[in-house]
Amino acid sequence: MSEPIVIESVSKWYGETQVLFDCNARIAKGEVVVVCGPSGSGKSTLIKCINALEPIQRGRIVVGEHTLPAPAAQLPAIRAKVGMVFQHFELFPHMDVLHNLTFAPMRVLKRDRAAATDKALGLLQRVGLSAFAGKFPGQLSGGQQQRVAIARALCMEPECMLFDEPTSALDPEMVNEVLDVMTGLAAEGMTMVCVTHEMGFARKVAHRVLFMDEGKIFDDCASEVFFAERESRSTRAQKFLSSIVA
Amino acid sequence: MNYDWNWSIFLAPTIDGASRYVWWILSGLAFTVFISLCAWAIALVIGIGLGVTRTLPPRLGRALATAYVELFRNVPLLVQLFFWYYIAPVVFLPVSLQTALNRANPVATQTLTMIVCLGLFTAARVCEQVRAGIQAQPRGRFNAGYALGLTRIHVYRFVILPLAFRVIVPPLTSEFLNVFKNSAVALTIGLLELTARSRQMGEFTAHVFEAFIAATLLYFLIAQITSHAMHALEARLRIPGHGLGGSA
Ligand SMILES: Nc1ncnc2c1ncn2[C@@H]1O[C@H](COP(=O)(O)OP(=O)(O)OP(=O)(O)O)[C@@H](O)[C@H]1O
Ligand SMILES: [Mg+2]
Repeated sequence: MSEPIVIESVSKWYGETQVLFDCNARIAKGEVVVVCGPSGSGKSTLIKCINALEPIQRGRIVVGEHTLPAPAAQLPAIRAKVGMVFQHFELFPHMDVLHNLTFAPMRVLKRDRAAATDKALGLLQRVGLSAFAGKFPGQLSGGQQQRVAIARALCMEPECMLFDEPTSALDPEMVNEVLDVMTGLAAEGMTMVCVTHEMGFARKVAHRVLFMDEGKIFDDCASEVFFAERESRSTRAQKFLSSIVA
Repeated sequence: MNYDWNWSIFLAPTIDGASRYVWWILSGLAFTVFISLCAWAIALVIGIGLGVTRTLPPRLGRALATAYVELFRNVPLLVQLFFWYYIAPVVFLPVSLQTALNRANPVATQTLTMIVCLGLFTAARVCEQVRAGIQAQPRGRFNAGYALGLTRIHVYRFVILPLAFRVIVPPLTSEFLNVFKNSAVALTIGLLELTARSRQMGEFTAHVFEAFIAATLLYFLIAQITSHAMHALEARLRIPGHGLGGSA
């Protein structure tokens, strides 16, 4: 599986409004791709399409051995192989941290409790939260919740990970603890698609940058190239970069 | 006002000599409680089913559930009761069953009719609460479940409904209280529940005030017990570090 994610001529409409226009991208195994662009440009929509949280109306997306669009009955199996981390964490507030981590592996992958618990505790340790297994999400800080959310996604042993602005709901002092976990994941060779405005992360960790505006992918290039040769970027990307890297 | 209070009237033998008035009142209470609890159970099962249906994609299911709610919420309970008691058996049941029904113990038919009627009526109201509770859940919470590979059934059963339920405990409490109050319409088809018994006692003894004060106190007691139980439930369901089941 050399290309876990292939996005081919994807267009999407919400009702009458088109929000993605003929998007194309290929993401190789172990590649870390940062998606950036102004608000409303379709970044979230694009990555939600990758794990079929949103249906596409035109084009196709290949995820591992599956191809979207796919029949509704197959979607859970496809999504199980793609981890996703949300801006607002979205931990299940009525389950403690350990239960959040073991629930899907037990239900979806049919792991027994002992195996799921072992795996969960291992991942909690990895994100530095071993002491919090019995806590509820509401008792954790935002940064801790997001690290738990990453561990929860990893418990499913995904083939790739999608991040939708994982740090933008966090207080500044918590951003790095989450980025550190993501950097570690990238170093281990996880395939990652990250919507983020953390340009430091993009520069240091990402292999490639996709720049989106108004539902189109305007730039798709290696991150060194994206940041170093600003003049050769689309004018929209240049404007965007100067607005955030002030 | 010249009223001859006599609280010991409750211990006096009834007019037919077969019982005492206190037992009349208490048997009325038993019917009220029995009918209400059974109707509430029906209302919860059907109401949750309808409420969930109203939030699912299939249009036909949504339309049918909506039609149910509009119908049962907007027709007066009394009219519904007359329908189930006088009209529905003639229209829906085969003649053989109708005769069987006529021969059956009238108290049993009245009780059953009232339970079904009140259950279906209350289901429409429970449905709306459940729907509101589900719709109060943020979109991302559903997506988080789906993104883990959970099916819709899993997401509803283990994530959305437990959280939605926590949000709607207070409005459900007041629906539950309404069930007890609404059960009094059963007297119109001749069922001797609490209100009917106290009216009957008032007529036979001329001690109307004592009889109705007793009924009032018992309704009050039921309401107190119910709301305390629901509060205890709410406290048990409270999530550490989290307010209600709405947005985080
Ligand atoms: N559920 C929806 N229904 C209708 N339109 C939507 C929906 N979700 C998003 N949109 C529209 O689609 C477009 C793209 O939205 P999207 O959330 O993908 O943008 P984004 O790039 O992630 O923006 P942000 O940086 O603000 O998160 C926007 O114009 C938005 O208004
Ligand atoms: Mg977004």
